[in-house]
Amino acid sequence: MNAPPRASELGMMSCHVCRLVTAYTEDPHAHCPRCGNALHVRKRGSIARAWALLAAAAIFYIPANVFPIMRTQSLSSKDDNTILSGIAELWRAGSPGLAVIVFTASIIVPVLKFVIMGYLLVSVQRSSGFVAKQRARLYRFVELVGYWSMLDVFVVAILSALVHFKILSRVEPLPGVVYFGVVVVLTMLSAMSFDPRLIWDNRKSQ
Amino acid sequence: MARAGAASKRREGMHNAQELIVCEHCDSVYRRRPLARGEVADCTVCGAVLERHQWLGVEAQFALIVAAFIVFVIANVSPIVTLGLSGMTAATTLWGAVIAMWNDGAQVVAFLSAMTLFFFPLSQILIFGWVLWFARDGRRAPGFAQAMSTLVRVKPWSMIEVFMLGTLVAVVKAHTYFDVVPGPGIWAFGFLTLLVTLFSSHDPRQLWDITREARA
Repeated sequence: MNAPPRASELGMMSCHVCRLVTAYTEDPHAHCPRCGNALHVRKRGSIARAWALLAAAAIFYIPANVFPIMRTQSLSSKDDNTILSGIAELWRAGSPGLAVIVFTASIIVPVLKFVIMGYLLVSVQRSSGFVAKQRARLYRFVELVGYWSMLDVFVVAILSALVHFKILSRVEPLPGVVYFGVVVVLTMLSAMSFDPRLIWDNRKSQ
Repeated sequence: MARAGAASKRREGMHNAQELIVCEHCDSVYRRRPLARGEVADCTVCGAVLERHQWLGVEAQFALIVAAFIVFVIANVSPIVTLGLSGMTAATTLWGAVIAMWNDGAQVVAFLSAMTLFFFPLSQILIFGWVLWFARDGRRAPGFAQAMSTLVRVKPWSMIEVFMLGTLVAVVKAHTYFDVVPGPGIWAFGFLTLLVTLFSSHDPRQLWDITREARA
C-alpha cells in the first residue's frame, strides 16, 4: 500500500486544537475558522521550548531525589525518607508489589522521559530518518505515562493529611516533594511542547 | 426500525462532518470512513490512533457526565480513609490533603493537587456536560468554541486515576502502623476512575461533526 500524502504536500493543514482541515497558510496571525485558535503548521518554538523545559526538569530532579520528601514522627523516633528510601521501606514493610509500582512511577518513568525526550530532540535536530516509526511510538509512550509520576506526590499529600495524631505520630511533607512535583509538571510541559510531526519532516535518509 | 433510524441520523450528521482527517502525530492525510463498532483507525505511517468508533451516543454520554458529577461531589465531601491509633481516629478528604500540604510549607504541591484533582476534573465535567446538553438536539451551546478548546487543553492535567492509585499506596503504607478503615470517598474515587477510563476512548471533538451552529 502506498504511503498516504502529507498535509503540506496537498496544500493543507489541520487545526491543532479542533482538527479542522484548512488550506495551508504561513500567516502567523491566522486563526482556525471553526474554533478560533491560532493556526500553525508546527507547534511554535517546539524544539527550543522542549529543550528548555527538559533542562529545567533535569536540574530540579537532583534536589527532588537528594532531599527527603516526607518526615514520619512518633514519640520515640523521627524518620526522614527520600523517594528511594520510601520505596525501600514499602518493599520491606508493606507490599513489594506496590513498591514496584511506585518505583516505576517515581524513578523509571522520569528517567525514561529524560532519555527519550533528549533522544527525540537530538534526532529531530539532526534530521535523522532512522527508525522514525519507533521514535513516534516512544513519543506516544512518554505522553501516555508522564503524569503517573505524580503518584508519590499524592501519597505524601494523603499521608500528611491523615497522620496527624499530635505528638504521638505525625507525617509532614519535606522540600523534596515540592521539587518532585515541579519535575513532573516540567517534563509534561516539555513533552507537550515537542511536535511529533517533526520526526517526519526533512528526513535525510528514508 | 431503530437501527435504520440511527443510520440515517448518522448520515445526516455526516453532512457537516469533514471528509478528510489528518494524523495529529505525523500530518498524513486520510479520507475518513465510518467506523464499525469497536473499530479503531490507525495511521499507517506512524501508528498513532486517527479516530475511534464512538460507541456511546450523546444521550448516554450526558447521562454518564451527570453520574460523574454526582460521584465527584461524593468523592469530595466524604472521607477517603480513616485512621485509628489507640482510640483516636483521623480522617481526611481530598481538600483535607490540599490544606495539610498548604499549612506544612508545601504550597506548590497544594496548588498542583487542587488543580489536577479538583478544578480541572470539575471544569471538565461541567464544560462537557454543558456542551452535551445542547448537543442532544444537535445544537452548539453558547461559547461552544471556547468550551471545546478548553476541554482539549485541560484533558492532560486531570489526574483522578493517579490519585486513586496514590490513595491505595498511602493505605498500605499507613496500614503498618495504624488501623485503616476505607471511607466512602475511596469508592467514589474508584468509580470516577472507572468513568474516566470509559471516557478515555471518546473524543469530545466529535461534537464538532454532529452539531450545527444555531441559525441566528
